[in-house]
Amino acid sequence: MLTVILVKLITCVIVFAISLGVAAYATLWERKFSALLQDRVGPDRAGPKGLLQPLADGGKMFFKEEIIPNVSNKFLFILGPSLFMITALMTGTVIPWGKDFTTANGTTYSFQITDINIGVLYLLGVVSIGVYGIMIGGWASNNKYALLGAIRSSSQMISYEIAMGISVIALVITAGGTLSLREIVGQQDAGWANIVYQPLGFLIFFVCALAETNRAPFDLPECEAELVGGYHTEYSSMKLGLFLFAEYINMFISSAVMSAFYFGGYNFPFAQELYHAMGLQDGSIWISIIGFGAFFTKIVIFICVFMWIRWTLPRFRYDQLMNLGWKILLPLSLLNLAITVGVEFLRGNLHF
Amino acid sequence: MKLTNRSKVVSNKEQSFTERLYLPGIIKGMAITGSHLFKRRATVKYPDELRPIAAVYRGQHVLKRDENGAERCTACGLCAVACPAEAITMESAERKKGEEGLYREEKYAKTYEINMLRCIFCGLCEEACPKEAIFLTDRIVDTEYEREDFVYGKDKLVEKVDKRIDVSKRQTLEVAEFKKIPGLKHNEVWKGNKLK
Repeated sequence: MLTVILVKLITCVIVFAISLGVAAYATLWERKFSALLQDRVGPDRAGPKGLLQPLADGGKMFFKEEIIPNVSNKFLFILGPSLFMITALMTGTVIPWGKDFTTANGTTYSFQITDINIGVLYLLGVVSIGVYGIMIGGWASNNKYALLGAIRSSSQMISYEIAMGISVIALVITAGGTLSLREIVGQQDAGWANIVYQPLGFLIFFVCALAETNRAPFDLPECEAELVGGYHTEYSSMKLGLFLFAEYINMFISSAVMSAFYFGGYNFPFAQELYHAMGLQDGSIWISIIGFGAFFTKIVIFICVFMWIRWTLPRFRYDQLMNLGWKILLPLSLLNLAITVGVEFLRGNLHF
Repeated sequence: MKLTNRSKVVSNKEQSFTERLYLPGIIKGMAITGSHLFKRRATVKYPDELRPIAAVYRGQHVLKRDENGAERCTACGLCAVACPAEAITMESAERKKGEEGLYREEKYAKTYEINMLRCIFCGLCEEACPKEAIFLTDRIVDTEYEREDFVYGKDKLVEKVDKRIDVSKRQTLEVAEFKKIPGLKHNEVWKGNKLK
């Protein structure tokens, strides 16, 4: 029992560290990538090639003056960013990072913190709690811009969650009716990745993921042209850092979810042939590590696409955002669901 | 009136279906930004790498000393007269006995100030100088916090005896020839020097 807890604890710490590390370097890569897209050089002063820039940024955040407005609700003011950060980190628990492996004495360890059989639901639930962080933070600031940003954020999240949820339902039907992420990824092991069966679903999910993570072109909650800083107008020091940082963790997790849902997670083309050629047995730790590498590559590509979109597209107007969410994505996702159900019924995979 | 060929007539016509899809437009935009990933960076990382500058670059001035280390400037004021920006002021003084090693002529500049904010680095002072005393160099004027600090006195302008500044690039042959005219005898030092 104790070893089980210990192993889980170690896995937790590793996932935690990876999420934070990736988020930290995503902030650097965001600046570097935007520079590359704009023919600039980007940060290259802190350490070799600017690699210590995230440390410098973090250090700066810690040493900034911490301001809590007099008129704010102090408890909620502190709760907001904490909640946002916690929910961002919580989503990483159900993602299967790699295949299970078996050690010499026959114990099996998995590259996943926990496999709940309602993993997809858990994910959607935790993500929608994330909006509470923004909402509470924005409201507790007692500032009209912060409040407007928070309201925008919550209405945006609620609007896009519906289309996202419906596109996930279509995915779950294709995946054989399982809500466990491990099974969704495992089911793509032998056959094609889900993107082949759900191209429209993926597109909807991707657009919704952009909106859920408050990334451009849907970054209206922190629209600096209209709302000063949006929901984090009154925040300073590391509390602001938490808000900004959690956005990158969200981006990392949603990239991971998209690769797991639609691009086969740790699977990659000709994986079995490669393992066979390398002479690896089933359950070898190397299979898990190579799979993790493949998964990670997909995540990095997705993060790059996120940034590429951010530095290409202008921000949506608020009515355009709502039009897109309710009048286009929602009907499209319903259509996608109807087609999926029809096709699966004709294939005889659905039973009533 | 049409001024350029770039002007476009604004149209309010309804978007076509492909335009309303946004996706083709988005992909087109991303292709444009993506192509910039492979373009050459325009940045010059300034303190680490310098842009090549002309050999006759007109930067911060120097007040030359002669080969014995005496100041060449005689405070005639021709540079101040030639200066179109009125950046140069000076006060003259008479050379005392025993100061022959410090000042070449009997009269010298007690103070000599150039306001680097007024200066337009045209090089007319250099052209006007009959004593080959003032030259523009390839050095760049430092940045300062206060406006007063841009008024450079003799402490910054006169070259150090042990740290001579090479101005041979700006000493064109034509000028040297011109200054060899009898009556401009003080330039004779150049005969045995760099220029013949």
